Amino acid sequence: MKQIFEALEKDARMTPEQISTMTGVPVADVKKAIKKAEQDRAILRYKAIIDWTKLGEEEVLALVEVKVVPQRNVGFDAIAERVYRFPQARSVYLASGTYDLAVLVAGKTMQEVAVFVSEKLAPLEAVQGTVTHFILKKYKEDGEVFDGGGEIKRLPVTP
Amino acid sequence: MSKSKSSHIKVSQSCISERASTLPPSGIRKFFDLLSSIEGVISLGIGEPDFVTPWHICEAAIYSLEKGYTMYTSNKGTPELRAELARHLESRFSLTYDPDDEILITVGVSEGLDLAMRAILNPGDEVIMPDPCYVAYPASVSLSGGTPVLVPTTEEDNFEITADDIELRITRKTKAILIGYPCNPTGAVLSKEEPTQIAELAKRHNLLVISDEVYGRLVYGTEHTCLATLPGMRERTILLNGFSKAYAMTGWRIGYAAGNEEIIGAMTKIHQYTMLCASTMGQMAALEALKADDSEVDAMVRDYDRRRRVMVKGFRDIGLSCFEPKGAFYAFPSIKITGMTSEEFAEKLLMEEKVAVVPGSAFGQCGEGYIRCCYATSLPEIEEALKRMGKFIKRHRKT
Repeated sequence: MKQIFEALEKDARMTPEQISTMTGVPVADVKKAIKKAEQDRAILRYKAIIDWTKLGEEEVLALVEVKVVPQRNVGFDAIAERVYRFPQARSVYLASGTYDLAVLVAGKTMQEVAVFVSEKLAPLEAVQGTVTHFILKKYKEDGEVFDGGGEIKRLPVTP
Repeated sequence: MSKSKSSHIKVSQSCISERASTLPPSGIRKFFDLLSSIEGVISLGIGEPDFVTPWHICEAAIYSLEKGYTMYTSNKGTPELRAELARHLESRFSLTYDPDDEILITVGVSEGLDLAMRAILNPGDEVIMPDPCYVAYPASVSLSGGTPVLVPTTEEDNFEITADDIELRITRKTKAILIGYPCNPTGAVLSKEEPTQIAELAKRHNLLVISDEVYGRLVYGTEHTCLATLPGMRERTILLNGFSKAYAMTGWRIGYAAGNEEIIGAMTKIHQYTMLCASTMGQMAALEALKADDSEVDAMVRDYDRRRRVMVKGFRDIGLSCFEPKGAFYAFPSIKITGMTSEEFAEKLLMEEKVAVVPGSAFGQCGEGYIRCCYATSLPEIEEALKRMGKFIKRHRKT
């Protein structure tokens, strides 16, 4: 079963028929396993990793450290939910160390990100402070290297 | 790279030793030259992983250079690598080798094979091996003055060498059996019973066994049996292995030989005069490879397995009968329905469809009628190659 999802994680466009060939699991069982994983939200979504800069689109990303006051009974979860419901918050993690929430904020311009942090994030009652780090360059995302990589330097025929 | 004709020094035939001049040229080399002149070729003719060496291994080698490990090592290889190998063989196969006297680090399995032959063969001694087999097996025996004796293996018998067939060819001059399973070029592995039978035979006739297990980690849905683990075999087996295939480290050229003290001692003597030691940087990298857990190797194996299934099914779908390879990263489909020889097939396929495969005949007479196709190639390339080959078969199919 792990093989099915490993194949899918590598290439989400793979069809159940292709996965069946690759794993030796019958097509019907592959379909069933994928469906169940989707229902259980083990598979959350199928997405492409896109280098927007190559498509001429600007995107500004910032990693925002957020220090918060945990609340009685709900700990960090309630404030995390307040944050992750904003579509600008692309990823939200609870982290150990000097701050509590690590929030990856996306926007079209620096201004847009700055406004979101200063007008939406920072004023939240439980938020004690924020530190915003703008991302200058992406090297690797979800295991994919943005520039270079990939090229294999093998001779065309070897014994 | 290529020199102009005029810069060649004319060497008369008589300058070359009989041994070198009678050695047949590698069937692969010829093909390589043809291929280099064509663009847009998808090559299934490659004999190495398409993964780059895992970064933690490269990083360890870089670090060793920064620390100044640029000198010779002990002839036998660094004590740390030999000790780690001894631990590895113990934990993986419950085999105990003394790292001081029973393990030798070589420049790939290729050097180990050469050393083994030089260490054990007297002129005229015979070494029995399967046909088809890796291109260097017969050559290494001939170069050491021995005579290769080939045992035909067939698709019907899963390209497995059998003890009965070996026994038919044993003479007074037989010194050793040389086997390499999982097999390059067929992808065959030995079944559960065969190694035991071969071991019994070797003991009965007092033969050595040279076992090239470089593809031992790359098996699918089956277990690899290390020949030396069978009762009484540790003493008479020269176990050859290396880092090239399992850890995607072909270019580092690090292998090893493990066996009894007498044989490893003789091999070490030759190695110290001819090679001195394997590259220090490569040994540092190999040490790191062994120390890490198996997760990266396991992930590569699962990845090969998925592509293996795609390729085998693909061949069958286009009408080629294809034995199911259970090891290494090769499929070995039969091309007999085209009526062509493997060489004709490979050449025509390259010219007409720009797909490179290796003619099975490069690996021995019994490889005639087959082609070796490597599935350590990206999935889109495998699929495109299968599509092109499908068109080719449609045009040239005779039966």
